[in-house]
Amino acid sequence: MSTSQAASPYGYRYIGTHRRTKEDPRFVTGRGRYAADIALPHLKHVALVASPHASARILSVNTEAARALPGVHYVLTGEEFCVATDSQPIGVDAPKVTRWALAHDRVRYAGEWVAAVVADSRALAEDAAELIEVEYEPLPHVTDPEQAMEDGSPLVHPAHGSNVILHRDFVWGPVEDEFAKAEHQISFRAIWNRNATVPIETFAVAAQWNPATEILDIWASIQMPKYPDQTARALRLPGNAVRVHYDVDVGGSYGVKRGLKHTVLVGYLAKRLGLPVRLIEDRLENMRGGDMHGPDRVFDMTAAFDGDGTIRALKIRAVDNVGAYAGRAPFQLGKPVSAICGAYRIGAIAYEPVSVLTNKTPQEAVRGFGQSPTNFALERTMDRVARFLNMDRIALRRKNLIRKDEFPYTIPSGSTYDSGDYHTVLDKALAAVDYPALVRRRDEARRVGLLAGIGISTCLEPSGGNSAFEPLLNPKNETTTWMDSCLVRIDLSGAITGIMGTSSSGQGHETLVSTVVGEILERDPAQIRVIHADSLNALPSNSPVGSRMAIMLGGAAAGAARQIKDTLVAIAAHNFECAKEDLEYRDGNVSLKGVPEKILRWDQLVEIAHRKFHQLPPNLEPGLQAKFVWEVPTGGGLPTPDGRIHIYPCYAFETHIVYVEIDPETAAPSIKQYVCGHDCGVMINPDIVHGMTYGGIAHGIGAALYEQFTYDHNGQLTSGTFMDYLIPSALEVPPISIVDHCTPSPLTTFGQKGSGEAGYLGAPAAVANAVNDALAPLGVEVNTLPISHLAIWETLSNAT
Amino acid sequence: MSEALYSIVVDINGTRHVSHVTARTSLVDWLREHLHLTGTHIGCEHGICGACSVMLDGEPVRSCLMYAVQADGHRITTVEGLQRPDGSLSVLQDSFCETHALQCGYCTPGMLIAAQALLDATPRPTEAEIRDAIGGNLCRCTGYQQIVDAIALAARRMAEGAT
Repeated sequence: MSTSQAASPYGYRYIGTHRRTKEDPRFVTGRGRYAADIALPHLKHVALVASPHASARILSVNTEAARALPGVHYVLTGEEFCVATDSQPIGVDAPKVTRWALAHDRVRYAGEWVAAVVADSRALAEDAAELIEVEYEPLPHVTDPEQAMEDGSPLVHPAHGSNVILHRDFVWGPVEDEFAKAEHQISFRAIWNRNATVPIETFAVAAQWNPATEILDIWASIQMPKYPDQTARALRLPGNAVRVHYDVDVGGSYGVKRGLKHTVLVGYLAKRLGLPVRLIEDRLENMRGGDMHGPDRVFDMTAAFDGDGTIRALKIRAVDNVGAYAGRAPFQLGKPVSAICGAYRIGAIAYEPVSVLTNKTPQEAVRGFGQSPTNFALERTMDRVARFLNMDRIALRRKNLIRKDEFPYTIPSGSTYDSGDYHTVLDKALAAVDYPALVRRRDEARRVGLLAGIGISTCLEPSGGNSAFEPLLNPKNETTTWMDSCLVRIDLSGAITGIMGTSSSGQGHETLVSTVVGEILERDPAQIRVIHADSLNALPSNSPVGSRMAIMLGGAAAGAARQIKDTLVAIAAHNFECAKEDLEYRDGNVSLKGVPEKILRWDQLVEIAHRKFHQLPPNLEPGLQAKFVWEVPTGGGLPTPDGRIHIYPCYAFETHIVYVEIDPETAAPSIKQYVCGHDCGVMINPDIVHGMTYGGIAHGIGAALYEQFTYDHNGQLTSGTFMDYLIPSALEVPPISIVDHCTPSPLTTFGQKGSGEAGYLGAPAAVANAVNDALAPLGVEVNTLPISHLAIWETLSNAT
Repeated sequence: MSEALYSIVVDINGTRHVSHVTARTSLVDWLREHLHLTGTHIGCEHGICGACSVMLDGEPVRSCLMYAVQADGHRITTVEGLQRPDGSLSVLQDSFCETHALQCGYCTPGMLIAAQALLDATPRPTEAEIRDAIGGNLCRCTGYQQIVDAIALAARRMAEGAT
């Protein structure tokens, strides 16, 4: 059962070919090693007491009975914890919005943790947690962001003085002039309700303090930039006292696995008790108190355009309900600035992002970091403009798409798109779906009484994971680097090891690094080992966020491998007493050009590097390893005074075409066809890219039709289980067809761009557009996601 | 408050295990915490996600919805029991690698259990039957496409007599 290996479409040896991943074999045999699998001797277990109120004062916490239970080691409350540790950081300039894992004095959302019990088993810890008596004085709460902005609304953090923690007015280009000149304008409201990536593995973390070395060891299901540093700061430890073990497999994240509060809590307990301590969220804790909900946004969109379909300007107001606390979540209004006009030539844009605190669960980074809601609003705008003009939706998009000859293309907000061929990708997707046939299918379905619709969207995937939106939204933040790195080492045996400094949550980084290093060194990637160093051994990494690792880790691995290659050539040049230019590197061996028998083979070169100092060129250090730390290409800039900033280096492009039928009797939507045209430049491993794209689309289908964190009027989460929070299964997600196109990025090592988010960025818009196309003959539309079965039913009922 | 222990005998992946468990110990906790068979994963603990699927006498069940004492006298197959006797990958496991039917790997053991049970009963499933068989197993990474492809590939290989 060997792998068939087709040639690389890009002319590479390994890049772009179908190759099995390095990771899959351990997972299919049940040998993954997740945080919950780490078996530390004498491990103790945490259970939590959560607030039943959306907003309340804590009057007393009686822990006596819990402490008395045999097998219970400790009960921690906010009274101790908030004094002994520091608040978690907040990204925007709102220092009074402090945040600890355990509430002190006051709870701000239902599900917020109030006390933690440590016991011999999770079951015993839960028994004890039930014995803790907390006396609350309920306070008024607010869950609606626009209501929260009104005067007299209950304040979530009274010390901050307002529920608004971010409010900016950006004007890029001659917005008012364009509106004055435009022949038409439309305004509408689009609402993106809360969903999240909801990985099947909840967050888990184990910690152990070693009093002899004074090191806190941490094993966690984490995907988070600067996690060791923030953990150490909150625990008031030096950075080198926290060692995060990145060789833990993470059971899905897609942005949300940022369990800083869990980690600080468990780290504190482990150090306090001198015992290894573990916390694994149960599903309700994860959904309600895991602080991993995604954007929750109200868009007011106004578009100015001419009769020929030219979009002149946009005004976008986005009010985002960030929940009861904020870390980096408000920045999710910032990433969309990097592609604020989508794939279109729109010369003037006003953008008003507002981030509002309410008594809902706090938000965390979710796949696309705010880009998917914005793209939904933008693509609904395109469809509404087309309908206003009675113009074909595809023709309207074609008219406004940035043309291939316009790259590099700088958008009004300051980002420069590196490359693209949007019209060709659109055409390929239309051809793949046989668009005229699809229209006939829809029309035939309508004739027999079904509601049927075709949806189209385009989207950009800003990639390379720069965080230049931080200084844009917080002038006190001057972060301008978001580096990543790789160490490549050849040992005495000649075996190659790539060393990365972060954990993976399914992205296949071991495959990425081995493929890239193998490509450069012309050695079989299957023989290259890739390890995840712990944080004290690792070179700097900003973790796999923002579709960055193909570019950043791939680029760093290539850079390190090239240095190794240069070293090998230098060793040969020294021994042959010739210039490096006279030599040829092939398969790891170095020979004199035109004299193939004059050769130093891989093993000989390695031998010299490791053992034969007398054969090494002067000034070359012995051993054979190279590190490469890479700044994000085109990164490093601060915003201009008028609020322009180049954010991401690379921009992948997708077109989604989806066909939906709705049963008029039951209002149930069903996706019958799905084609995605995809251009992320050179794909290092096409199977991995396709897999993440399929998965992103499935996730986007969930956001469009099924998934929502709903709250009742008491501020209680009413979708805390998988019976209420509906994750699409193989029965809801249709077969998906991906059509590849390759426009290489001029900025990256192999022409690759980022991938992983685009499915989720384009699918919600396409599915929403399809449902609305189906509803169009009835003269109704829905601009609120998710467009649930019930929402369609109610819309149909109102239409008839 | 010491809890009563109950004696159970369970065949797990062909090995007889004798154990003493509390009444409230779930089957999945027993497998993971007592037997250290950590290939079976916990996702929701309310029977929806399917990550904890194991075979009970050849039928897929949710090990989070069963107590260990209920497995007394039965035969359990976990993901650790799917490999061939020589330790190499089964046709199904190998097909998952071939089509890259996974990313983070967390739902994978449950998917393999559901798929193996399907193939045991229906060696030549249609795509609809494959989707139906894994319809109770949630995956957040793959959109199911490459999983469906893997199961179809495994069925073809088995029909062709791959060993």
